Amino acid sequence: MSDNHDGKHQASSQLNVVDLEKRNFLIATSAVGAVGCAAAAVPFVLSMTPSERAKAAGAPVEVDVSKIAPGTMVTVEWRGKPVWIINRTDEMTAELHKSNDQLTDPESDVVSQQPSYCKNADRSLKPNLAVIVGICTHLGCSPTAKLQAKGDMGENWSGGFFCPCHGSKFDLAGRVFKGSPAPINLVVPPYQYLTENTLLIGVDTKEKV
Amino acid sequence: MTDKQAMTNKTVTNEGKSVWVKVLDDTVNWVDERFPLTSNIKAHLTEYYAPKNFNFWYFFGSLSLLVLVLQIVTGIFLTMHYKPDAELAFASVEYIMRDVPWGWLIRYMHSTGASMFFLVIYMHMFRGIIYGSYRNPRELIWLFGVGIFLCLMGEAFFGYLLPWGQMSYWGAQVIVNLFSAIPFIGPDVSEWLRGDYLVSDATLNRFFAFHVIALPFVLVGLVAAHLIALHEVGSNNPDGVEIKKLKDKKTGIPLDGIPFHPYYTVKDIVAVVVFLMVFSAIIFFAPEMGGYFLEANNFVPANPLVTPVHIAPVWYFTPYYSILRAVPPFPGIGLLGIPPSLFPGVAAMGLSVMMFALLPWLDKSPVKSIRYRGTLYKKWLAAFVVSFVVLGYLGTEPSNVWGQFGAWLGNAERATVVARIFTIIYFAFFILMPWYTKKDKTSAVPERVTG
Repeated sequence: MSDNHDGKHQASSQLNVVDLEKRNFLIATSAVGAVGCAAAAVPFVLSMTPSERAKAAGAPVEVDVSKIAPGTMVTVEWRGKPVWIINRTDEMTAELHKSNDQLTDPESDVVSQQPSYCKNADRSLKPNLAVIVGICTHLGCSPTAKLQAKGDMGENWSGGFFCPCHGSKFDLAGRVFKGSPAPINLVVPPYQYLTENTLLIGVDTKEKV
Repeated sequence: MTDKQAMTNKTVTNEGKSVWVKVLDDTVNWVDERFPLTSNIKAHLTEYYAPKNFNFWYFFGSLSLLVLVLQIVTGIFLTMHYKPDAELAFASVEYIMRDVPWGWLIRYMHSTGASMFFLVIYMHMFRGIIYGSYRNPRELIWLFGVGIFLCLMGEAFFGYLLPWGQMSYWGAQVIVNLFSAIPFIGPDVSEWLRGDYLVSDATLNRFFAFHVIALPFVLVGLVAAHLIALHEVGSNNPDGVEIKKLKDKKTGIPLDGIPFHPYYTVKDIVAVVVFLMVFSAIIFFAPEMGGYFLEANNFVPANPLVTPVHIAPVWYFTPYYSILRAVPPFPGIGLLGIPPSLFPGVAAMGLSVMMFALLPWLDKSPVKSIRYRGTLYKKWLAAFVVSFVVLGYLGTEPSNVWGQFGAWLGNAERATVVARIFTIIYFAFFILMPWYTKKDKTSAVPERVTG
């Protein structure tokens, strides 16, 4: 090495010169490589979204509502979620129009929570029959029915639902009471009556799901 | 022993080497020329000098390593019998418990191991806090540790879904829905995590993948980084003095340092024996720990249509869960069209865990160890420990556990009000730390460790 001193010196000074063309090329190829990596990640990320089978499982459900006695309810399954059909008595619907000042959203102004044809005082097509998705809007537990007034819910209770997870309270139209952790009212699914007593949950001819 | 005797002994050992010792030496040499075996054993064990004044609190680092190994080994054997399928999962866990030879033991080791993991990690973190182990130059060790803690929480959460009981199901439902509270992207994120419109077979299958392969890899990697960083800067000690400042001039060994092996390996074995006694006692006599380690509702198969009457997370999550419940939702601004949101509670819960990561930069005290701190810091630390424990207790109970206040407080639930007060104290411990650690009257730190 020592007898080749000049050559070595030349080489090291050459090493110190930045080849801008080569550097730009490397930056450009790295950038293209990064884009390629990001593109390759897309299939993996999307593979975790609901599958075609899961999407297809959301078929509408038909329910015969003639057997639901006034003041009681049934629960049916739609898209794996509980859907309540509550046959409210006249006293119950009368109560719904009274307790408005204790509700967070008495007029159901949050539009995503019900189809437009259910944005009324009863949040339903027929005043007595309520159709509500039984999933708390707080963190997705299923509230317990406390349909009758008073009872173990205290003197001021006028009937509704109580979520055991975090104590959210809802009235018989699924509207949330102030002071509950649930921010918005329970969801009313799209539905329609095929006949007088046959309910179809999941689709309606007025609004697309 | 005189010098002469020592010389003779040395000669004897050199000359009198048996064939087997020579074979061993040759093998080690052969490996050392190809892989840094001896140098690594020296760097991490026999010539890793740890302060000589380690006390009780220093058991929990090696104990957490032990529990990690136990969880991995028992986990491997559980996957031989478990089926990650919504139709089969619950029954396969019962099959492990009833029909697989010794399956009950392996399963209880794994489920008890989860709780014990958090127990030793909480003790280990508390040690780090009281002796200032997160301070310069150990910030990265602490951050890797916070990463390990987060990873463990993920492991515990994903693992808890696998038995597919009622608590598994509804716990996952609640936690995944927490993400939907994130503004704008939230609902899409939680749907992406579930892979379905509700917690279902798709969710169970992917949680299994996260639990048995993805997170364990990350966890082991973080543990390696944690230990490499530790062995680079050296261990802290109960006095919070740097033993590397005073070294033996000839050998370069810290004056207050002793080799990790054999001194601390032997000491840790004692801790391991005591730990295994407690561990076995729980496995054999109280594997459910009165509902704190395994909840009664989880012995009922998952039912998407019925939420259990009282759902609560396992004990190690309850302080954060209490904070989630205590923070009131954002009421929404009708005029601006901003809908109500429960994001504040979710954000507070996330922050309550992430606050630990900020400790190295929040602590402005001139001393590291609690031994030389003043009463102001000790009072704040005590308040933090009390709030952690009270929040932890309240998280296991329904929010109306203590009844309601009278009309003068708007009929507010007593437990919720208490949880709110302690949530404020919890955060104040961190947020006010720069102020009270500066103001605190500290005492003089000795040159060397005090034993």
